[in-house]
Amino acid sequence: MIAQSLKMALKSILSNKLRSFLTMLGIIIGVVSLVVLVSLVNGATASITDSINALGNNMLNVTISDDHNHPVKLSALSEFTEDSLFDNIAPSTGSTMTAASAYEEENVQITGTTASYLGILGLTLESGRFLMKPDLDNHSNVAVINSDFASEIMGRKDVVGESVRLNGRKFLIIGVLKENENSSSTAAGNTYAAYIPYTSLIRLSENTSNDITSFCLSVNGNDMDAAEARLENILLDRFEQDEDAFSIFNQSAVAEAMNSVTGTLALLLGGIAGISLLVGGIGIMNIMLVSVTERTREIGIRKAVGAGHGMIMLQFLIEALTVSLLGCLIGIAISWIAIEGINIMGDVDYSLSAEVVLLSITFSIGIGVVFGLYPANKAAKKNPIEALRYH
Amino acid sequence: MIIFQNVSKIYRIGGEEVRALNHADIHIHPGEFVSIIGPSGSGKSTMMNIMGCLDTADEGQYILDGQPVECYTESSLARIRGHKIGFIFQSFNLIGNMSAEENVELPLIYQKLSAHERKERVRDSLEKVGLYKRRRHKPNQLSGGQQQRVAIARAMAAEPSLYLADEPTGNLDSNTGYQIMNLFHELHERGNTIVLITHDESVAAQAERKIRMKDGCAREVSV
Repeated sequence: MIAQSLKMALKSILSNKLRSFLTMLGIIIGVVSLVVLVSLVNGATASITDSINALGNNMLNVTISDDHNHPVKLSALSEFTEDSLFDNIAPSTGSTMTAASAYEEENVQITGTTASYLGILGLTLESGRFLMKPDLDNHSNVAVINSDFASEIMGRKDVVGESVRLNGRKFLIIGVLKENENSSSTAAGNTYAAYIPYTSLIRLSENTSNDITSFCLSVNGNDMDAAEARLENILLDRFEQDEDAFSIFNQSAVAEAMNSVTGTLALLLGGIAGISLLVGGIGIMNIMLVSVTERTREIGIRKAVGAGHGMIMLQFLIEALTVSLLGCLIGIAISWIAIEGINIMGDVDYSLSAEVVLLSITFSIGIGVVFGLYPANKAAKKNPIEALRYH
Repeated sequence: MIIFQNVSKIYRIGGEEVRALNHADIHIHPGEFVSIIGPSGSGKSTMMNIMGCLDTADEGQYILDGQPVECYTESSLARIRGHKIGFIFQSFNLIGNMSAEENVELPLIYQKLSAHERKERVRDSLEKVGLYKRRRHKPNQLSGGQQQRVAIARAMAAEPSLYLADEPTGNLDSNTGYQIMNLFHELHERGNTIVLITHDESVAAQAERKIRMKDGCAREVSV
């Protein structure tokens, strides 16, 4: 029976091609906007998530605002890494300074830190070396600079061995970092950064002392939440249970926040696309109502030769469903072509997500049923005598 | 076997009661060829609608094949129509975007017959009306007489116990009408029950029995 109804539905759709196509167009546009928009947001989300992960996903940052006379000393940092949850620790006190080369003068972000910082942040060197223990012990005026610093302020990449003035003090450049392709700084424009021994920063900056107010930890394994909870306990014990004395910044929390932002974005755009699908559904209902009226006589004939309420209903419902599903499939095909086209033009790799395709098919079926039900019922309820008399 | 026992159909128009059918009593035996004749407004159509299970009686009882047709739901009436009644209409009532064979197949689909049996029956009945060669033609590619023959084939395919023809020759010229009437005679000879509704005396005269309708009353006319 269903197969027969499907055959009849296809016949009636094909016998009025232009009208059927125009009706489908609503669904096609709805599905294309749904699939393409959500796929684009998903693709963008994936690339943003990659960038955030590239910043070091297993890192915890701690800022201490009130040490309750139990300051974290540079020499005592290693007591944190006694806990097996934490792998490495490094101070990360930041400061802004003026960097001057013979060529240029700019404000740069200075981080006073130790040798282990490189590993915690997952940075890689282009040339030279990173800070080492003797640099800290000797309070050496040495600096590792990032690639933007080298190319923009120093004028070229290969500057190991040259010197730069930070707040007027001469620093020897011992290393240049590799450009991080995924880092968010590329998106935000140039950021100049230099890393100097923490002990040197104490000399340069008045508000930096042996008491570390900001440091970062790398975590063993993947359980960031457990590590964060453990660290919080350690710090609470140290700072007399004062929750406001410090704050822990979890890199994966940023990723989560970002995910929730893009999730909301996908929902919003999907919702707008959903509305256009809904409008398409109303179009189907409108045309089905016209079709039911036009085919009143046909309905009368069908009823006279033995079609019951259910069979007429089924026929018109399947017709509405076929229009919306066909529209959906065409829409998915167009979306696929569109996304492949965008992939050829741009460099972010977008893909048709199976979930969105499934969602749009489900949605289209739902729309076909919901908006087909009323016209189908109207058709099925027709009185055969009156329907046969209809001209 | 068709029995109308005291059947009435009452319409209310503006508070006034109009009896389209007034205590009609009719007996039609299996294998009979009966014509129902009367002017328009005499209740012929109402009679046909009730006989064809398109409508139900307000009073009295209608018994078709020993089964009373009353208080039926819409879908069981549809089932009776599909299995027991073969309609032939004045205006043919073929579905325009379907070919002759698809039109003939339609009642068989609703009878839920297998594809194989449908094919066989469609072929049989189209051959009987001499239109098997034109089975792929759409109604608008056929002449009036051919369309009516397709309609008769459609009724035949369902193998009904009653052929109900409402002015089957009304839209045809007399020569074609003659051919159509011959088909009815053939059907009758094969032992089918035929009820033919008409206002044409010469058509009515071809039946075994005539029932004359007037103001909702049915009266037997001796041949």
